[in-house]
Amino acid sequence: MINTKPSAIIIGAGFTGCALAYDLAQRGFDVAVVERGELASGTSGRTHGLLHSGARYCVTDSEAAIECIQENIILRRIAKQCIEFNGGYFVALNEADLAYAPAFFSQAQVCGIPVEEIGVQRALESEPALSRDILAAYEVPDGAFDPLRLAMTFAASAVQRGARFYTFHDVIGFLQDGKGKVNGVRVTDRHGNHPWEFNADITINATGAWAGVVAEIAGLSVPVMPTPGVMVAYERRVTNRVINRLCEPDDGDILLPQRRMAVIGTTSFEVNDADYIPVAPDQVQQMHERAALLVPELKNVKMRGAYMSARPLIGGMMSGRSLSRTFKCYDHFENDGMDGIVTVTGGKATTCRVMAENTADLVCRKLGWNHPCESAEVPLQDYHLYYQNREVHS
Amino acid sequence: MTTTSWQVRFKVYRQRTGQKGTYQSYVLEVDPDEYILDAVERIWAQHDRTLTYRHACHHSTCGACGMRVNGREKLTCITTIRSVAKNGGTVTIDPLRNFPVLSDLVVDMGNFFLRMEKSEFDSVASEEHANLPYEKSPGNAEKAERLVDCIECGLCISACPAANTDHEYVGPAVLAAIHLMYSQSPSQKLIDLADHHTGLWRCHSAYECTQVCPSSVDPAWRIMDMRKKIIGNRLKSVFGRQEKVKKNA
Repeated sequence: MINTKPSAIIIGAGFTGCALAYDLAQRGFDVAVVERGELASGTSGRTHGLLHSGARYCVTDSEAAIECIQENIILRRIAKQCIEFNGGYFVALNEADLAYAPAFFSQAQVCGIPVEEIGVQRALESEPALSRDILAAYEVPDGAFDPLRLAMTFAASAVQRGARFYTFHDVIGFLQDGKGKVNGVRVTDRHGNHPWEFNADITINATGAWAGVVAEIAGLSVPVMPTPGVMVAYERRVTNRVINRLCEPDDGDILLPQRRMAVIGTTSFEVNDADYIPVAPDQVQQMHERAALLVPELKNVKMRGAYMSARPLIGGMMSGRSLSRTFKCYDHFENDGMDGIVTVTGGKATTCRVMAENTADLVCRKLGWNHPCESAEVPLQDYHLYYQNREVHS
Repeated sequence: MTTTSWQVRFKVYRQRTGQKGTYQSYVLEVDPDEYILDAVERIWAQHDRTLTYRHACHHSTCGACGMRVNGREKLTCITTIRSVAKNGGTVTIDPLRNFPVLSDLVVDMGNFFLRMEKSEFDSVASEEHANLPYEKSPGNAEKAERLVDCIECGLCISACPAANTDHEYVGPAVLAAIHLMYSQSPSQKLIDLADHHTGLWRCHSAYECTQVCPSSVDPAWRIMDMRKKIIGNRLKSVFGRQEKVKKNA
C-alpha cells in the first residue's frame, strides 16, 4: 500500500498508451509516456479506422464482439469529435454468405449488438453504389474514426490531468535493481540524441505489435504475433455506411467511408519484424477485386494510397485469422517473477478504453492504490489540447 | 502497381536540437509507385535509425506526414516517387517551413493546433456542411455526417508567402476553419478571430494554400468568402440592416 501519489511510465503512445495515460492520470497517478516516434505512428495510425459494432466477430469471437459493442457505445459518447457515425451494413453476395446469416443474426443479438435485417431494396436505395447482386442486408451500428485524432483526444485528456508525453524518445533499456524489480526506463531523446532516465513505481509496456521486442529488452517474453494486413484508400467516398461482407472474417471483407475517401481492407499474414512491412502489390490487387464485388463502383475510382498495419495478435499455437481480437494484460511478476512491469497488448482500436481500464485496474491492485475508473463517463478533451501545457522535452 | 525498380537518391534534411542543419543522402532501390513516406520509413528502418519524421495514418486522413519534396509541400503518404523523380534522379526532402523544426523532418505543430482549437474547429460535420458550398450536394437525400476536409497537415501554412514573412499571421488553415465554423453557425466571436491585421487582411491572395492543399479545403476561396461576408456585414450595418449574428455564441 502506498500513500503518496504513485508514478507510472507508459511505453508507447498508440491508442492503448494514450488511453492508459488518461486513465492513470485520472486516477491520480503521475504519468509519463515515452514513444519512439509521433503519437499513433505504429499500428494505431495505420488502422482502417473502423469503429466496430462487434458484428464482424459475433460468430467467431464473441468475447471480442461484446467488448466492441460496449466500447462502440462509449466512444460515440466520449470521443464524438473523431467519429463519423452513419452505421454499417453486412451484405450477402452468394449462397454461402446467406447460409452464414442465421448464425450471424442470432449471435449478434446474443452479444448485445443492435442488428436489423433491412431488405435488399431498402439497402440499395440508401446506398446506391452497392452491388445490385446482394441477396440480403443487415444494419449494424458501425462507424469510422480518424486514427491520429482518436489517440490525441485521449492524450489531450491525459495532459489536462498532468500527464507528460515524450514523443521521439526511444527506450534503450530498463532500470533494474538486480533483485527482480524494474524501476523505470532508459531512453534516448531522438531530437537531441541525449540519453535520459525515468524512474517510476510501475512501468507499462503498451507497445502493441512491438510488445514482445520491448519486453525482451528486460529479458521478458510476451507471446504477441505481429499480423499485418493491407489497406487501400480511394479518391472518392462511394458509400456513407460501412459495408461488410456477410461472412466469417476474411480478406477483403470491408469497405468504409472516411472523409472524402473509401478505405478497403484487409489481408492477414504474420511477420517477425513489424518495423518495416512493404506493401505487397498482389495483395492490393486482390483486395481491390474482392471489395469491388461489394461495391462495383470502386472499379471507376482511382486509388489514393495503400498501406500496411501490423495487428498485435496474442500468439500461441494458432495462426492469424483464428487468433482472438481481445486483449491481455500480463503482470510479469506472476509470469516471470519480475516486479514493477506490466504489459498490455492485443485488442482493437475500438476497445482501447477498456484495455486501459483493465490495465489500470491491474496496476492499482499491484500498488494498493484505490481509485475507480471514470473514463467511460466523461467526454474527452478537444484533441487539439494535446499541445496545451507543453514543455520542450529535449 | 508495377514491379519496376528505380534507383533514386534521397537528399534528406538532418538537424539535431540546437545544431545546424545539413543534408544527408541515401540511395535506395525503389518501386516508382511507392510513396515518398514509404521511402523515408525504409531509410529509418534499414539505413539510419537516427532519422526522425512524423507520420501516422499513411492514407491522407491524419495530416501528420507533410514535408517539402523538391521544395514543394506534399503529403508524403500519397505522393508517389514516380510523380516527383525519375530513375537515377534525386529527391530532396525538407521539413515544412514556417513551423519550428524539432529535429530532421519533425516540426512542432503545437501553436498551430492551439490556434485551430481557438477557432472552434470541429472535425465532424453534416455532409452538407463538410462539402464546399460551391460543390453540388450529393444526390443521396439521407442525412450523413463525415470528417471534414481539413486534416491540419500545415502544408498551406508552409507554402504561404504571408506566413513566411509574418509569424503572427494565423495562416490559411485557421482562417479556413473559422470560415467553415461560421458557415455552420455565424457568431461575432468567429468574426473577431478572423477580422484583424494578422488574420484575414494579412493574406496577399497568392493562392499557394489552395495549390498545395491535399484535401479539397480551398483555403484561399474560404478567406475571400469570409472577407466578403465581413464587408457585407459592415455595409449592412452602415445602411442599418445588420445581419443577425449570435452574440457570444
